[in-house]
Amino acid sequence: MDGYYAFMLVATALVLMMTVPALALFYGGMSRSKSVLNMMMMSYVAAAIVGILYVAVGWSMGWSGDGTLFANPLDLFWLDGVATGDYIYVMFQMTFAIITVALISGAVESRLKFSAWVLFVPVWALLVYFPLAHMVFSCTEASLICGRIGAQDYAGGTAVHINAGIAALVLVLLLGKRVGWPKEQMRPHNLTLTMLGAGLLWFGWYGFNVGSIVFAGEEGEAFTARFISETGRTFGNTTLAAFAAILGWLAIERLVHKKATSLGAASGIVAGLVAITPAAGAVDLEGAVAIGFVAGAVCAWAVGLKYKLGFDDSLDVVGVHLVGGVIGTVLIGVFSTSEGAGGVDGLLYGGGLGSLGDQTLGVLVAVAYSGVLTAVIALAIKYTIGLRLDEEDEVNGIDLAAHGESAYDLHSGSSGSGSSSGILAASTSSTAVTSRNEGVKA
Amino acid sequence: MKLVTAVIKPHKWEDVREALETFGVTGMTVSEVSGYGRQKGHTEVYRGAEYDIALVPKIRLEIVIDDADAQDVVGIIVKTAQTGRIGDGKVWVTPVETVVRVRTGDTDEAAI
Repeated sequence: MDGYYAFMLVATALVLMMTVPALALFYGGMSRSKSVLNMMMMSYVAAAIVGILYVAVGWSMGWSGDGTLFANPLDLFWLDGVATGDYIYVMFQMTFAIITVALISGAVESRLKFSAWVLFVPVWALLVYFPLAHMVFSCTEASLICGRIGAQDYAGGTAVHINAGIAALVLVLLLGKRVGWPKEQMRPHNLTLTMLGAGLLWFGWYGFNVGSIVFAGEEGEAFTARFISETGRTFGNTTLAAFAAILGWLAIERLVHKKATSLGAASGIVAGLVAITPAAGAVDLEGAVAIGFVAGAVCAWAVGLKYKLGFDDSLDVVGVHLVGGVIGTVLIGVFSTSEGAGGVDGLLYGGGLGSLGDQTLGVLVAVAYSGVLTAVIALAIKYTIGLRLDEEDEVNGIDLAAHGESAYDLHSGSSGSGSSSGILAASTSSTAVTSRNEGVKA
Repeated sequence: MKLVTAVIKPHKWEDVREALETFGVTGMTVSEVSGYGRQKGHTEVYRGAEYDIALVPKIRLEIVIDDADAQDVVGIIVKTAQTGRIGDGKVWVTPVETVVRVRTGDTDEAAI
């Protein structure tokens, strides 16, 4: 128990690191030089807002008692009645709420008003994430996805990744495309940041998946034995799924586009980790490799869908988190073994179609709940303060318009007026790639 | 006087500079530029989306020189910068009316 507690302290700090700075770096590198600061700020400010809201009502909505969609928000308001010795479990769950909201920001690069984001974040956390976390993680009898449907989700395939992915899709459809997309080329501005971010996300993911072990009140040695065997399984599965997904993504790239890319490797890491998140406790190493490889390969294909279907999911939140989350959650129905944490056999282990059905239903509930409520929230913001940045500000760069800053001073010789260098850098690079451009070919 | 302008491949720049220095050229203006000719650009792929990058990085040299030396300088640049592959660049010569050395006010040949 002492070891478990010490481990949770570390795991919680690791998961917070996944948002600040890992996700901010991962997304920041993929965005353009005129919007990188806004992209990173969306993660940082989401952490601050969701973190405080979580202490106020988030923990209570998740863990204060039974309920189909959520528990009473006021029972444990501001952690009233929660012992300080239990704060670490609150903080651990808080970091999950933070990263789920922050994940959405990748879809709206350079065009969502910062004020709209600051309003969207707490409302979405309150109405969408806190309830879904209750439905999945609290696992009380009445809770919809875990208790009633009985779908397995070890660390958040439904509550975190599918939830953020479908919300990103809905938000993008209501927000619209970036000016010039897809005709104008919008390359990632700094892939070294993205490689660094992906690596840090991976490191933090050990806190995310391995830390998701649930202490069920066993005494002494019984818990120690389960703790050791279960964390071994989740650590091993998390690692191998990431390896397999790198290979899956690069294999598709090499076959279809002739080159294995660094962005492909970074994306494969994230896709594999997303897919193994729900399955980390349920499957064997073979299952983890299969899920990782499938996620890497399918996501590498899925990120091209936005060009065919015409929605500007700028940094592929849908293609990686929604698709990867669905793959991992559904494939539990195939690869789950009764030796795992859920104690359920999937299709390949003689368990029949029962688990596959439960998992699929869990996915559909998460998609429907998050999709509908995100649409309501986004529409409410759209018709009050508005979602969309002014077009001129968007073209000049949201960093300058929203924050009054430029990320880089690469043209200091010409920057007598300080802030103008960002515009110069941005307009130079965009003309550099458009003169012979016939648009992006998916 | 003549202005010799050359656009060459970046990896040939050091060789060209040494050859010109050996010949006796004492100074030049060098800039990193981008453009395209028959070589065109290249393709980059990010998450499956192909981007046509039209512009290729080049080095541009500008040398002001006596009329008598102009053809030699052009010859040295062409000989040194040549790889025989597409994209080696161009050299052109334009007449120059006046040159002034800012420090001393010397003009024309004395200013080169």
